[in-house]
Amino acid sequence: MSSRKGIRIEGLSKRYGQGDTAVFALKDVNMQVAPGEVVGLIGPSGSGKSTLLKCLGAVIDPTAGRMVLDDEVIYDEGWKVRDLSALRRDKIGFVFQAPYLIPFLDATDNVALLSMLAGVPNAEARAKALELLTALDVQHRAHAMPSALSGGEQQRVSIARGLVNRPPVILADEPTAPLDSVRAMAVIRILNDMAKRFEAAIIVVTHDEKIIPTFKRIYHIRDGVTHEELGEGRGFD
Amino acid sequence: MISLAGRDILHSWGKFVFTGIGLGLLIGVTLVMAGVYRGMVDDGKALLDNSGADLWVVQKDTLGPYAEPSSLNDDAYRAILSMPGVAQAANVTYLNMQVRKGDRDVRTMVVGIAPGSLGVTPGWPPYLVAGRQITRAHYEAVADIASGFKLGDRLAIRRNHYTVVGLTRRMVSSSGDPMVFIPLKDAQEAQFLKDNDAIWQSRRRSEANPAFNRPAVPGLLDAVIASQSTNAFVNGVLVTLKPGHAPEEVAESIRRWRRLTVYTRVQMEDILISKLIATSARQIGMFLAILAVVSATIVAFIIYSLTMDKIREIAVLKLIGTRNRTIAGMIMQQALALGVIGFVVGKITATFSAPIFPKYVLLTPMDSIVGFFAVLVICVLASLVAIRMALKVDPAEAIG
Repeated sequence: MSSRKGIRIEGLSKRYGQGDTAVFALKDVNMQVAPGEVVGLIGPSGSGKSTLLKCLGAVIDPTAGRMVLDDEVIYDEGWKVRDLSALRRDKIGFVFQAPYLIPFLDATDNVALLSMLAGVPNAEARAKALELLTALDVQHRAHAMPSALSGGEQQRVSIARGLVNRPPVILADEPTAPLDSVRAMAVIRILNDMAKRFEAAIIVVTHDEKIIPTFKRIYHIRDGVTHEELGEGRGFD
Repeated sequence: MISLAGRDILHSWGKFVFTGIGLGLLIGVTLVMAGVYRGMVDDGKALLDNSGADLWVVQKDTLGPYAEPSSLNDDAYRAILSMPGVAQAANVTYLNMQVRKGDRDVRTMVVGIAPGSLGVTPGWPPYLVAGRQITRAHYEAVADIASGFKLGDRLAIRRNHYTVVGLTRRMVSSSGDPMVFIPLKDAQEAQFLKDNDAIWQSRRRSEANPAFNRPAVPGLLDAVIASQSTNAFVNGVLVTLKPGHAPEEVAESIRRWRRLTVYTRVQMEDILISKLIATSARQIGMFLAILAVVSATIVAFIIYSLTMDKIREIAVLKLIGTRNRTIAGMIMQQALALGVIGFVVGKITATFSAPIFPKYVLLTPMDSIVGFFAVLVICVLASLVAIRMALKVDPAEAIG
């Protein structure tokens, strides 16, 4: 029986400015993603996708609402966690549009860095990293520097980095944008596999038409308001 | 935890090494500047050590013989010899001048030493690296090896020629000019020797002066001319003390009874260091301050540029949970690494270039240690600008 509960967001709002100049980037957003589930978050530019991602990533402060991660209330009209750096490091995985690997660390250390930052001994952190690189079929490039990796390999290393501390939630920001359809589908397949394997709740922000049909559930966002609908969810069961 | 700074340095080692070399050359110049000052102080101390004196007796109310002109009658030493506590007293002259050898000349300090013997008479060069001491009353010289003279060389001082019979080492004036020792009588003559035309003009003026050329006093004019063409003055008297006598006590006695100015070793060191080379020391101090500011600016600029190049990586590091102190530590470690590379290059540069400088450059271990820590402090301070900028980076920048 898993202790993972995924992520639950209730009435989340984000307002920029005050009074007459106030702009609501997010309005009463509700969302729930179960462990092992991959959901899509789609919407046009300026709809509030990035703002929602930044709130979920504890990078900016929401104005109101509640966020619960694995039954732990992390935000309720204010952050309930004192160390947001540690929250991001231990509980939230990030996968970016561009891999943004650290150029002076090889693939293994790029992945292992997060564990090392969390206090895991170097050897143990590297063993975990290698295990993930193997799972993502990029173990043969474990000691390559990022500049020597192809775009697809870099993205897989980036996914491994997001998973290394076994976070309950992973936020993926346009992870397939720079990839062709074959590689994009491969990345989505990997995210689905990893979500199941590590019981992570994965939220994929995208407007990549190629991958939208792969989601079982989709959150549409427009003018800061979300609504949920069922996706086609084909291809990965 | 791996060293992020170390990995970054290894990854872009060329940038660090070449920047470190540039910084190192600047640090090398700084160390040499400090060495020049130390060399000047050491030259001053060497001058005092080599004179072999415990006391310097000079013209009343002057800072002579090194810092100011001083003139004493050359028989003053006899009265000093009779003072209690005085073991030896010897006349000495010092004259900074160009000494010619063939078609070249060398800036030297010509020292006139009184007849006597080594170890007894103060003022003699205490040791030789080649040849022998002066044994003849005239026209022999002992030269410092830094002058470039060799044994048997013939050198010209005014109209007289001298043969180099001995060579010595580290016998220099307070300004670093090599010394040439010659007999006292020759040095006295050299100080006041005029050309033939000037001597003739002087004699003519004396003959025309009715006070000297008195028909009723035969021999007066000859006596006046004879006194005008000889020099009965020296620049100082070097005194050694008998065991058990305090320098200040004997000095006070000479001051009181002979109405001359007397300096002890401590006082003479003070004159050389805090008066004679004080302006040069301040000049060097200014250069050191400017070089420190330039070094700090360069390190700050380099570290700032290196940090600017990594803004995106820093945003990613912060987003994935790297603490501010880890990022600050990375930047500071890089600045310190740059400082260490720079110091090593600078120390090597200073060590190998010091002998090439025309003036004595004394690199002391203490200066190197102080310099090393100063470089580290400068690097830490210089990294603060970049650290401040890195800490301001918003992790949200990584999300876009």
